[in-house]
Amino acid sequence: MHLDAAEHFVRAPEWTWYILFYFFFAGLAGGSYVLATLLRLAGGPRDEPAARLGFYISLPATLICPILLTADLGASWLRFWHMLVDVTPGDVGLNFKYWSPMSVGVWALLVFGFFVAVSALDTWVRDRRGRPAGILGASIGRTFTIVGSIFGLFIASYTGVLLSVSNQPVWSDTWALGGLFLASGLSGAAAAITLLVRYRPDAAFSLERLRVADAYFSILELVLLVAFFATVAVAGTAGLIVPWLPLWIIALIGIGASMMGIRQPARRVQASGESAAMAPVALEATVVSILVLVAVLAMRAAVIFSAQ
Amino acid sequence: MAAAIKPGEAYGFFTDTSICIGCKACEVACKEWNQLEGNDPKFLADSYDNTGQLDDQNWRHVKFIDDVPTQTVDAGDGKAWLMMSDVCKHCKHASCMEVCPTGAIIRTEFDTVFIQQDVCNGCRNCVAACPYSVIAINQKTGTAHKCTLCYDRLQGGMQPACAKACPTQSIQFGPLAELQQAADVRLAALHSQGLTQAELYGRDDKVYGGLNAFFLLMDKPEKYGLPNAANAGLPSRNDLGGYLGALVTGVLGVVAGIVAFRRRGAA
Repeated sequence: MHLDAAEHFVRAPEWTWYILFYFFFAGLAGGSYVLATLLRLAGGPRDEPAARLGFYISLPATLICPILLTADLGASWLRFWHMLVDVTPGDVGLNFKYWSPMSVGVWALLVFGFFVAVSALDTWVRDRRGRPAGILGASIGRTFTIVGSIFGLFIASYTGVLLSVSNQPVWSDTWALGGLFLASGLSGAAAAITLLVRYRPDAAFSLERLRVADAYFSILELVLLVAFFATVAVAGTAGLIVPWLPLWIIALIGIGASMMGIRQPARRVQASGESAAMAPVALEATVVSILVLVAVLAMRAAVIFSAQ
Repeated sequence: MAAAIKPGEAYGFFTDTSICIGCKACEVACKEWNQLEGNDPKFLADSYDNTGQLDDQNWRHVKFIDDVPTQTVDAGDGKAWLMMSDVCKHCKHASCMEVCPTGAIIRTEFDTVFIQQDVCNGCRNCVAACPYSVIAINQKTGTAHKCTLCYDRLQGGMQPACAKACPTQSIQFGPLAELQQAADVRLAALHSQGLTQAELYGRDDKVYGGLNAFFLLMDKPEKYGLPNAANAGLPSRNDLGGYLGALVTGVLGVVAGIVAFRRRGAA
């Protein structure tokens, strides 16, 4: 159903800092798992170190999610598990409402957490035990990470859909938030992997490819951002996002910085692996990555606070 | 209330704003019965209303809507003040219940919408969803609170405290079908007196499938801070668009990743 002249008389849910950081880490967790899978499956053997970085990043980024969500419940934090189990007297059972993104999301987070934990262990075994096929073997491992990536894509995106499935101004006036959060999560994940390459020099081979990927994700993000502004403007609630202009500008700077990556000449590919030539690459990549990560956070903050 | 209150039958409120005098007896009775401490007193400098809003401590709130014409040459035709005892609407299709992930929000045997305090975990999804700004979190309990339509009183065969206390019968409680009939009669009477602006809100199924707590209004719903039929959408209306947007982005993102990472020539 399309609502022409949106009028809202709703109260803000006060989803603030915990939720903002949850959205941030959910984007990074899902995004880095997906990128790790793609690096391993679409890239060459020399992309494997970067893929492993991605799987490692998704572990802490995922683990912090339920902690933030539990903290956000305030005095009822001990009841986080009520998301999963309906404790209604006489009607006890599992909760699952496919039409409520919060209900689906908590299950998806649980399942994704399993994939992330197994993949992190698998990566550790590959690294430490020198078993290139990991604990799962090549073909099962491939299928496993593909299925995990589907959950990763969901985790990175459903938070935006969750905001839209409400009656809040701005959030419920657009369809673009799920895609927007996903594109920015992928972009942020590319930036996070890039930043951590300094601790894993053998992953430097993939820097160039990550930068190109980041640029593509940022183009996608920009398109969705335009769609977001357009849908909100049509609904007549654009006035609410204007006060957060500084945050939008920060988000756009991050998008712009990573989009420039697409124009860079390919010469740096040859430079990779040589420490002397690496220095300028590392500095530039570090600055861009930090800008991108700040932008990922700023965009989510702008979306969250505009309705509240 | 002469008739017994029977489980299995739909009950509700008919709040007739045309005869509300703004005495706030409903607010007081509600707090007394439900043992609501109330918020710290505030002076809102906005008409005679210092309650301000429905929230975890205010399950009835008398809205004072200043509709006095700026040019006082006009008699006002009864439009000078709009007073309305607002309350949870106990929607047939309740946005809060739709999104609640814990199953805490249920329909009772009286067809009312009720938040089970021992199940709710304070996620605030219902707060984000309720289009009437009814639900709020109680910081002490960490759970969502709102009008229960005096569930405990109904179970004991008593009508809700607000309806019992209302001195003008602006708030009427009863079986929904009877209330709807009474509302139709009242509306016809007002129309016959020339008060054609009077309308029923939530009597039919145009807003949220019909409201168990519905109203007779003396102006447009928007004037009272109520979404009109065109704006009364359930949160789930955005599931499809939101997920489709995410799906398309996901496909494009994966393709972009493959294009960026694919093995190239000498690599």
